[in-house]
Amino acid sequence: MVRRTLIWVLAVVVLGILALFALAHRAEIQPVEPPAAASFPPEPIARGEILASAGNCESCHTTKDGQHFAGGLGIQTPFGTIYTSNITPDPVTGIGRWSEPAFARALHEGVARDGRQLYPAFPFDHFTRITDDDVRALYAYLMTRTPVNLAPPANTVPFPLNIRTLQWAWKLLFFQPGVYQPDVAKGEAWNRGAYLSEGLAHCGACHTPRNALGASKTGSSAYSGGLVDGWVAPALTSANTAPLPWSEDELYGFLRTGGTPLHGVAAGSMSEVIHVGLAKLPDADLRAIATYFADLDGAVARVGTANEVLAKAMLTSGLGTRDENDPGASLYRAACASCHYNSGSAPLATRPELALNSALTAAEPTNLVQVVLHGIGLKDGEAGLFMPPFAHLSDADVANLSAYLRRTRTDQPAWTDLEAKVAAIRRP
Amino acid sequence: MTITFQINGQSASVDVAADTPLLWVIRDAVGLKGTKFGCGIGLCGACTVHLEGRAVRSCITPVSAVAGASITTIEGLDPQGRHPLQKAWIEMQVPQCGYCQSGQIMQAASLLRDYPDPSDQNIDAVMGGNLCRCMAYRRIRAAIKVAAKEIQGNAHA
Repeated sequence: MVRRTLIWVLAVVVLGILALFALAHRAEIQPVEPPAAASFPPEPIARGEILASAGNCESCHTTKDGQHFAGGLGIQTPFGTIYTSNITPDPVTGIGRWSEPAFARALHEGVARDGRQLYPAFPFDHFTRITDDDVRALYAYLMTRTPVNLAPPANTVPFPLNIRTLQWAWKLLFFQPGVYQPDVAKGEAWNRGAYLSEGLAHCGACHTPRNALGASKTGSSAYSGGLVDGWVAPALTSANTAPLPWSEDELYGFLRTGGTPLHGVAAGSMSEVIHVGLAKLPDADLRAIATYFADLDGAVARVGTANEVLAKAMLTSGLGTRDENDPGASLYRAACASCHYNSGSAPLATRPELALNSALTAAEPTNLVQVVLHGIGLKDGEAGLFMPPFAHLSDADVANLSAYLRRTRTDQPAWTDLEAKVAAIRRP
Repeated sequence: MTITFQINGQSASVDVAADTPLLWVIRDAVGLKGTKFGCGIGLCGACTVHLEGRAVRSCITPVSAVAGASITTIEGLDPQGRHPLQKAWIEMQVPQCGYCQSGQIMQAASLLRDYPDPSDQNIDAVMGGNLCRCMAYRRIRAAIKVAAKEIQGNAHA
């Protein structure tokens, strides 16, 4: 009796697994003769270049000092390292033998030409929103790049997570396919901004927190801030802690130049997003993205108190620059004030005002400590502005300095376990 | 690795480890000794030079960070050594031992670009990271004001 039950259970399990594989199976799309670059007209290529820039494809699909779009960059995930694919038109190691429908399926459904399910490290959950016409332009652009023969290293995703069929189950749980649908209650710019942000620019990939299975959370968690490469990607909603509102003008200025006097400069991977990715976007598209997020973050509701906040911040700028018997103030005076001190009614663009920076008001000291230890490169943040890495300061000094700035420049509660956090960021 | 940058208007190429402090490259590879080593951790200002026209502590700036950029040291602040700050420094007899002075002058030049007519508070705040063991602070402050007047006078002339 027991034996018969076991056989039945086993049979059901085996059938279940077979059914899973059958359901998850996606047909291969037949390879094509690599289309000649000359077969693509100039218009979609030019538009595809801008769209690829909006999608920042190059940042992930190019290694440091590697050839454009040749892939091989390791993306660290909690599930192992996934190496990006070669998206040059090389027929063997790239997408040279991919037809346009195969390319479209990868973007819209996360399935490779040969039918393999793609890992969601490739943000198809965003790219599914891209219109067919834009997919066509992206295809034309990528298929006319220089082919590079380079196969990426093997992924280190361990068994059983490397069973691609499981990605199908992941999609069933978390993936909502479909091209972006305009919100008729909103204007044209808002919808253009939403289309770009939700789709190609995949802002939520960093700015939305992920669940235990690596999927972007939804609902009120959307754009509530995430963690990326040891940095906090701040919330893009009203939960953003920047003292001054991220108005459309502020967002636009930040995305165009890499920084604004009222918010400070981009750092971490956002530098690359701005200076490599969004740089090719026309003003109208950047304005549209700014319109969308200025609405999402409720900037209008906060504009009323902005002058007051600015005036208060300017009052704190001189703190610590006179002799004060406070080790934090001494560090600030010696290490920071020569560049960060501001005077008058508003900060200078060349002197990022710490009291207005969300690195100081954030729930965690992560971004502040990152910048203190690693600085800001000439090509990061705002072009031509440089901050050297203060890596020679001890963990205790960086903790002391961070605590001092938090205490004197914000109304937020003190950060806890600062020294341990500095040590962890210094030695990840 | 080979890193190329501009220093005092001239192109320089150096073959050093990427994390070599810019200060050592300036002093030992390029051979300009006007920029001084003080603390080595970015807390005293003696090594201040200009990077893209703004004051920066060269002792904590890795040379890899300045690839393709433009550096100005005390030797290049003015071709004849007659920058208004340098003239004011002599007029007011600012230095005592002189060790920190090139850093002081480079930082002050950056200060005057941001605040052409600086108050005592502006000077104290921006110059607070440039230490002077001879305590020449009062003369430094006075000389900065003299230089500011000359620069503004020239601008109006």
